[in-house]
Amino acid sequence: MLRDAMLVAGKDLRIEIRSRVGLNQIGPFAIAVLLLFGLALGPDRQVLAPASAGLFWVAVLLSTVLAVQRSYAIESADAARDGLRLSGLDPAGIFLGKAGAVLAQLLVLEAALTVGVALLYGAHLSGGLVLVAACAAGTLGLAAVGTLYGVVASGLRTRETLLPLLLLPVVAPVLLAATKAWDAALAGAPGRAGGWLDVLVVFAVLYVAIGIVAFGPLLEDG
Amino acid sequence: MSTQPRALPSDRAAVALRVLGVAALVGVAATAWLGLFVTPPDEYMGNLVRLLYVHPPTAWVAFLAYGIASVASLLYLWPRTRAEHFDRLAGASAEVGVVFTGLTLVSGSIWGRPTWGAWWVWDPLLTTTALLFVLYLGYLALRRVPGEFHVRARRSAIAALIAFIDVPIVYFSVEWWRSLHQAPTVLNPTTHKTYVHGSMAWTLLLGFVSFTLVYIWLMAHRYRLAKLQDLEDTEGLEIALAERRAEAVVG
Repeated sequence: MLRDAMLVAGKDLRIEIRSRVGLNQIGPFAIAVLLLFGLALGPDRQVLAPASAGLFWVAVLLSTVLAVQRSYAIESADAARDGLRLSGLDPAGIFLGKAGAVLAQLLVLEAALTVGVALLYGAHLSGGLVLVAACAAGTLGLAAVGTLYGVVASGLRTRETLLPLLLLPVVAPVLLAATKAWDAALAGAPGRAGGWLDVLVVFAVLYVAIGIVAFGPLLEDG
Repeated sequence: MSTQPRALPSDRAAVALRVLGVAALVGVAATAWLGLFVTPPDEYMGNLVRLLYVHPPTAWVAFLAYGIASVASLLYLWPRTRAEHFDRLAGASAEVGVVFTGLTLVSGSIWGRPTWGAWWVWDPLLTTTALLFVLYLGYLALRRVPGEFHVRARRSAIAALIAFIDVPIVYFSVEWWRSLHQAPTVLNPTTHKTYVHGSMAWTLLLGFVSFTLVYIWLMAHRYRLAKLQDLEDTEGLEIALAERRAEAVVG
């Protein structure tokens, strides 16, 4: 299962490195979102700095939708999905691989966004370990739910509009818990983040487990 | 047409459904009459308390409906119990649940404006209910996407369970975030004494019973409609072909 996951993740990341859709489109999109938040809230750093954790995670959530759509767009071209189904790879491995590739791309994006909130909103980056832990656990949850709903929506005619509606309400706890963890870290009190990190870990573990079980039947159906 | 006897419930079921509908109507009317005219105003809340004969029952029905939809989805996914009627039951129940969630949010909002001073507060129960509303709107949108019956049913069932597992996580994380909602105070868990007395308690109980009847009635009709729609999809084409053939013979 893990070997299959590595194969699928490697394939997705290789396609990304060659096509650079994430780099040329999703990254700039996330930066545009950060700039738009700045315009919406005004130039006052007294307002922007305390809000930076929440704005960061909303930007991540919106980018997750795009990353998941891209992850399945590459399977719909040339009926690659049929190839994936016929490849004999373990469906759980395919799920972990696709989620892993989305996770890797989002983590790179988050590194860039972290610099963005520090520069644009004047967020004081402290509690680095909590920031990284929240990103790792939170993004794993996002990638797992995203990959799961991505396969539900892929192949449907209304997938572009359906995916955000299905995905965003479900990941509300990630937004909440990750924002609170980041808030605590940025405020210089990383000790307060503990419980929120637990929420992120529980969310990630639950949805990775569901994905491993449910991905196979969903992939067969599409 | 030959399809009619199978599509319509048997006479006995139809009569039972009609009796249920009448009972639900009488129950709701009696709740309204008791709630508005017979029960006294509350010591603290005044006439606002009358909204509480409606609000908790609608919330109860919403959660009951989602619970039944989730159980039905699970039964559909379980190979041994897989049957078309569980998929229809899940869809019908979730749809009624969404309607009652909307009613819960509206009635709660009307009650909150004079009590809390705002139409909306970011309280765990409210926030969870609002997220549930959009979660299940997404589920219904997914159900509406056409497709082969079992493919659609399976993906809908999995989506329903993904959504349902989210509910406790949403609730606990939002509760940590902040808490303001009036704790359910009908029954004291330590003394098991009821806090709501006499006519008020009976009216609230009647509200719960009659709204549950309304739920069953609406869901049964929605279920029947779904069954008819499926029948139309599968047999409509054959009927149309037969009609065209008949026309050709006459012509």
